[in-house]
Amino acid sequence: MSGGAPKPERPAGRAGESGAPAPDPDISGGANAYLTRARAIGTLAILAAALVATALAALAFGSVHLSLIAAIRDPTSPDRAILAGVRMPRVLMGAAVGAVLAVVGAALQALVRNPLAEGGILGISGGGAFGAVLAMMLFSRVGGVDAIVPAAAFGAALCSTFAVYRLAQVEGRLDPLTLLLVGVIFNAFWGAAIMLVNSVVNFYLTHSILFWLMGGFAAPTWREVAMVAALGAGGFAILLERARDLNLLSLGDEEAAQLGVEVDALRRRVFIVTSLMIGAALSVSGIITFVGLIVPHLLRSLLGADHRLLLPAALLGGAAFTVAADLIARVAIAPAELPVGAITALCGGPFFIYILRQEGRRTLGL
Amino acid sequence: MIGKTRAAASAASTRMAPEGLGAPGEVALRANRVTAGYGGRAAVREISIDVRRGELLAIVGPNGAGKSTLLRLLSGALKPWSGEIELAGRPLAAYDRRALARRMATVAQENPIAFRFTVLEVALMGRAPHLGAWRFESARDLEIAREALERFDLAPLAGRAIQELSGGERKRVFLARAMAQQPEVALLDEPSAFLDMRHVAEIFGRFRELAETSQMAVVATMHDLNAAALHADRVLLMKDGAAAGYGRPEEALTAQRLSAVYDTEVYVGRNPATGALAILPIGAARRATS
Repeated sequence: MSGGAPKPERPAGRAGESGAPAPDPDISGGANAYLTRARAIGTLAILAAALVATALAALAFGSVHLSLIAAIRDPTSPDRAILAGVRMPRVLMGAAVGAVLAVVGAALQALVRNPLAEGGILGISGGGAFGAVLAMMLFSRVGGVDAIVPAAAFGAALCSTFAVYRLAQVEGRLDPLTLLLVGVIFNAFWGAAIMLVNSVVNFYLTHSILFWLMGGFAAPTWREVAMVAALGAGGFAILLERARDLNLLSLGDEEAAQLGVEVDALRRRVFIVTSLMIGAALSVSGIITFVGLIVPHLLRSLLGADHRLLLPAALLGGAAFTVAADLIARVAIAPAELPVGAITALCGGPFFIYILRQEGRRTLGL
Repeated sequence: MIGKTRAAASAASTRMAPEGLGAPGEVALRANRVTAGYGGRAAVREISIDVRRGELLAIVGPNGAGKSTLLRLLSGALKPWSGEIELAGRPLAAYDRRALARRMATVAQENPIAFRFTVLEVALMGRAPHLGAWRFESARDLEIAREALERFDLAPLAGRAIQELSGGERKRVFLARAMAQQPEVALLDEPSAFLDMRHVAEIFGRFRELAETSQMAVVATMHDLNAAALHADRVLLMKDGAAAGYGRPEEALTAQRLSAVYDTEVYVGRNPATGALAILPIGAARRATS
């Protein structure tokens, strides 16, 4: 985790003397040496523009040809009906879920000091999915599923998170490799538990559970969109308030504490908030993996590691990425559809291996 | 044998601790007969020290003597089993984390960091305890951080990712971060590890300056006895968790004490160039005979 063994000391640490390549002239005072409010705002404005452009493209294109202009001009046109009734909630749901997944990924990576952490990989999504499936089985004929499924997903995700975290402690320290292994095992375990539940429910429910598990944003209700957006926004604000503490946590628990961070309280906050956000997202959209891995990683390598910028950037970037992935899912084999979760996983699997190879040596001691 | 050392140590510490030893300023940090450890085993036994503002206290002793554990106790990371620790006259436990971080900075022996923060960003982390939530660093914070980097010859590296630095450069970044914290007390675990001879001298020189100009109290563990003798106002010599000597370098680091603590014959003379103690091992003969 320490970034590898220290290299031998260079004389005086001055480039040039040691034959090392001279640093860029602006490297000491360069704009990227630290985060300013102006840089944060500028970067977020660009990302917001990218998100708006992606969302407009996602509204305009699809399996059915649609004219945005006609839809805006004529409230009675079929274009308007498709736009407002189908595409708009779908795009908004994709944006909300993608934002949640990327923000949660960034926060969890900071918490466990590991760029490979993500809700899907740490077994949080798996636990949440099991809770959701269990609730669907138990309450399939009862009203109030809207509230019960997300609540069950949240509860199970939280339990799974705590269990994974506890089991990954080796001699009181969080071991990064053990964490990934425990997460993988929990995912397999929850997957098996879901199949078990799925095999005892009736055929109709089996089909809808499988469809839900594949992950997607088809035909969400406005209430569902509002729930994910509200819980996502609230959770994001709670995490953003502690963004600087997440920076300090990169130094280690004890070091962060010595810089004034209440580490246990921070950890509780992040676990509870991320479980809630994941529970909300997956109860409506199923399991969509790797968004929380790819988006924060790319943004961190472009924008730096400061979570005061990384968290809001992940919000916008995750939304844009997921809306784009869903657009591909809708148009790639139109009029049929691909599951969006399959697209993100197909991108994410190789990406995970790539990060593991790139950073694994340094961060995990592989 | 341990019992004997322990008795001798507490006698030594009570004899030497309270009276002024020429160091200026009020007592910044005081430990009174603290004992602590891990599991059931005590790693620090009945240690009493006081560190005045403007003073540099070196903690020396063989591997496993309890130096780092004592530092963790002083920083509040480890709770004492018995005894009290006071910072500026108030018990350590009475401070909340942020208040403590504004008064006391710690640099650990190892300095891992998970993501690619830049050198300047790490230095700015020292300003965190002084900032409210949602706040960005002010121009003043930036100035303090840059000045701290300057002090440790790191200004040209400000925009570099910390992972690109050598071990010694990285160490200096963390020392600079501690300076940017503007503490009353700095606790440094092996600040001279990974550093070459020149930087060891420079770093202790910087901390001497800081101790004098900003009336900071500095507590540093170190392996290098000559560096301790040269730079420290006072020295705590530890063995098996207990104090084996405490006082000015010439009081604490006598040939007799050092020979007993390190279990090897030791020569203590004077460096003709500086007048400081010069400490050299003679041989490992004692182990065979005792």
